[in-house]
Amino acid sequence: MSLERSDELVDPPTLRADGVWRRLRRDRFAVAGGIVVVLYILVALTAPLITRAAGVDPYTYDLASLDGRGAPAGGWGGISSDHWFGVQPLTGRDLFAIVLVGSRASLVVGLGATALSVALGTVLGLLAGWFGGAVDWVIARGIDVLIGLPALIFMIAVGAVAPAWLPRLLLLVLIIGFFGWTTIARVVRGQVMSLRSSGFVRASQALGAGHAQIIFRHLLPNLAATIVVFATIAIPGAIGAEAALSFLGVGVPAPTPSWGRSIGDAVTWFSVDPMYLVFPGAALFVLTLAFNAFGDGLRDALDPRTSRHSRRDRARRSPRGSGRTRTRDQSPRGAVA
Amino acid sequence: MKLARFLLGRIASLVFVLLVVSLLTYAVFVLLPADPAQLACGKPCTPERLQTAREFMQLDHPWFQQWFDFVRGIFTGRTFGTGGAQFTCPAPCLGYSFRLNAPVTELILGRFPVTASIALGAAVLWLLAGVASGVVAALRHGTVIDRGLMVAAITGVSAPSYLVGLLGILLFGFTLDMVPVSGYVPFRESPVDWVWHLVLPWVVLALLNAAIYTRITRGQMLEALSSDYVRTARAKGIGESRVVTRHALRNVAIPITTLFALDLGGLLGGAVITERVFSIAGLGALLMDAVGSTDVPLLVGVTVFTAAIIVAANLAVDVVYSLLDPRVRVGRP
Repeated sequence: MSLERSDELVDPPTLRADGVWRRLRRDRFAVAGGIVVVLYILVALTAPLITRAAGVDPYTYDLASLDGRGAPAGGWGGISSDHWFGVQPLTGRDLFAIVLVGSRASLVVGLGATALSVALGTVLGLLAGWFGGAVDWVIARGIDVLIGLPALIFMIAVGAVAPAWLPRLLLLVLIIGFFGWTTIARVVRGQVMSLRSSGFVRASQALGAGHAQIIFRHLLPNLAATIVVFATIAIPGAIGAEAALSFLGVGVPAPTPSWGRSIGDAVTWFSVDPMYLVFPGAALFVLTLAFNAFGDGLRDALDPRTSRHSRRDRARRSPRGSGRTRTRDQSPRGAVA
Repeated sequence: MKLARFLLGRIASLVFVLLVVSLLTYAVFVLLPADPAQLACGKPCTPERLQTAREFMQLDHPWFQQWFDFVRGIFTGRTFGTGGAQFTCPAPCLGYSFRLNAPVTELILGRFPVTASIALGAAVLWLLAGVASGVVAALRHGTVIDRGLMVAAITGVSAPSYLVGLLGILLFGFTLDMVPVSGYVPFRESPVDWVWHLVLPWVVLALLNAAIYTRITRGQMLEALSSDYVRTARAKGIGESRVVTRHALRNVAIPITTLFALDLGGLLGGAVITERVFSIAGLGALLMDAVGSTDVPLLVGVTVFTAAIIVAANLAVDVVYSLLDPRVRVGRP
C-alpha cells in the first residue's frame, strides 16, 4: 500500500485549466451536479426575496391550515395554492419557505466547516511535511487522537453542553470543521514531502530562498489542485453532519429552518404526513448528490488516473511512471508515507 | 520477532491515544459550564446541599485529579460517599451516573448487545454486497452494468441514512406491514423476532455503507487489474478467476480492511442515528439520553468506551495488515 500511495503523491495533479475544463465538460453527471449546486447557492442567497414574492415566510403560524389533531388539513401534507409544499404539522408554517430558507443553514455550515477544515489541514499538513521531525511527530499524534475520537458522539456531546451565548451555527461550523481536517492534512503532508525533494524546491533552497518564500511560491501553487478537490469532496460530508446533528436535535435550534431538524421533527409525523419528510429530505439528498457528482467529476478531471477512462490513460502514462518511481527511490525523505 | 515488536509499538501508541482521548473528553466536559452537581441537587437547592453533592461526586477536586481518579477507577474501581450513602463502582469503572443511580460500565454493558446486533449484522451485509458489486463493476468496466452500479453507489453515498430508514419504515412497516416499525427483541428471547426487528436497520445501513465499499473496491480493483503483476500472472497462463481472486482481490483487501474496521468500530460505539430512527434502545440511545439530561459522567463514559472500541479496531487493522502485507512491518514504525 505504501508503494502505491507514495507513487500517487510523487505526481500531484496540477491546475492546467484547458485540459481540466475539457475533461470536466465531457462528464455530464458532473456538469449537472455543478449546475444544481449553483442553483442551490442562488436560491440560498435570494431566499428572502423568493419567499416574499410567493407571499410566505418560514416563521408565521397558520393554524387554519391544520385539522383538529395538528396534522395538515387536506391530503398531501396540506399542499394548496397558498402552501406549495404543504405546511408544518402543529404550527402550519409554510413548508416551501422552510425548505427554501433551510438551504442557508446547510450551505453556511457546509461551506464554513469545510473552509475551516481545509485551512487547518493545509497549514498543519504543510508544517508536518515541510519541517518533518518533531513537528511532524506532534501533528501525526494529533491526527491519531482525532481519528480515535468518536466524531459524531463527541459533536453531540459538545453540542449538548456548549454555553448558550455561542451562536449555534458558529458552534456547528467549529466542531464539524475541527473534526474534518485530518484527511487533507495527511494528503498535503505527503505531497509536501515529495515536493520537498523535487528539483525546483532544492534549486530555490540552494539560491537562498526562505521557508515562507518556498511555501508560498512553490508548494502552495502545486497543492492548489489537491486542495480544491478535497474541499469539494468534503462539503457534502459537512452538510450531512449538520443535517445529522440537527436531526438528532443538537444542531440548528428552532425556529431557524434546517432540513435535518425538519426531518427529525417528521419522525413523529411521517405515518400521517409523509410530505413533511419528503420535501426537506429531497432537498438535502439532491444537494448532497450534486456536490458528490461535481466533486467526483472534478477529481477525475484533475487526476485522469482515477477517471472512467483510466485504463487507457494509464497505458499512455506508464513509461513516464516508471521513471518517476526511480526518482522517488533516490530520495528517501520523499518515500516515507 | 519483528512482528512482535511492531505490535508492541502499535499497542503503546494506542494506549497513548486512548489516554489523550479520555483526558480531552474529561477536560471538555468538566470545563464546559454544565454542572452535574447543580443538576443532581434539584430544586430548591440550598448552597449546603450543592456543596454536599459536589463533594459526593468528587467534583470539588481539580479537573486533572478527577481525570486521574477516572483512569484509576478503570483499573481499581471507585467508591463514592461514605457510610450509609455509599455507591461502589467496581472495576472497570467508567464513572457513576448519579441520575440513573448505576455504574456507567453496567449501563453500557446492558446496551452493548443491542448495538452490536445492529452493527455486526449490517457489517456482514455491506461488506459482502459492497465488495461483490465493486468487483463486478471493475470486471465489467465501462459497460452498462458498471455505470448502473456507479450511479447506484453515488446515490447511496449521498442519501442520509435516517431519510432512507424513515422511508423504509413508511414503505415496509406502515404501508406493506411486512416488518415491525420499531423496537428490539433480544436474541435469547426469540431469534426469529430478533432478526425480524433488525432486518430493516440492517438493510438500510448495509445499502448505504455498501455504496462506499463499491466505489473503493472498484477503484482499487481497476488499479490492480492493470498492474504488472496481474499481467505477469495472466502471461503465465493462470485462469482469469484465479487472477482476480488470488492476485487482484488480495491487494484490494488492504484498504477495505482499514475502512471496514473503522466503520464497524464507529458503529459498535453507538449507532446513534439508526437507533433513533428505529426506536431501538442501544448505546446510541443511551448517549442521546445522557445528552438530553446533561448526565456528564454517562457522557464521558460512553465517549471513552466508544473511543476504546475505535482504537481496538485500529489495532485489529494493524494486525490484519501485517499478516496481509509484510511491507507494513518493515516500512512503518
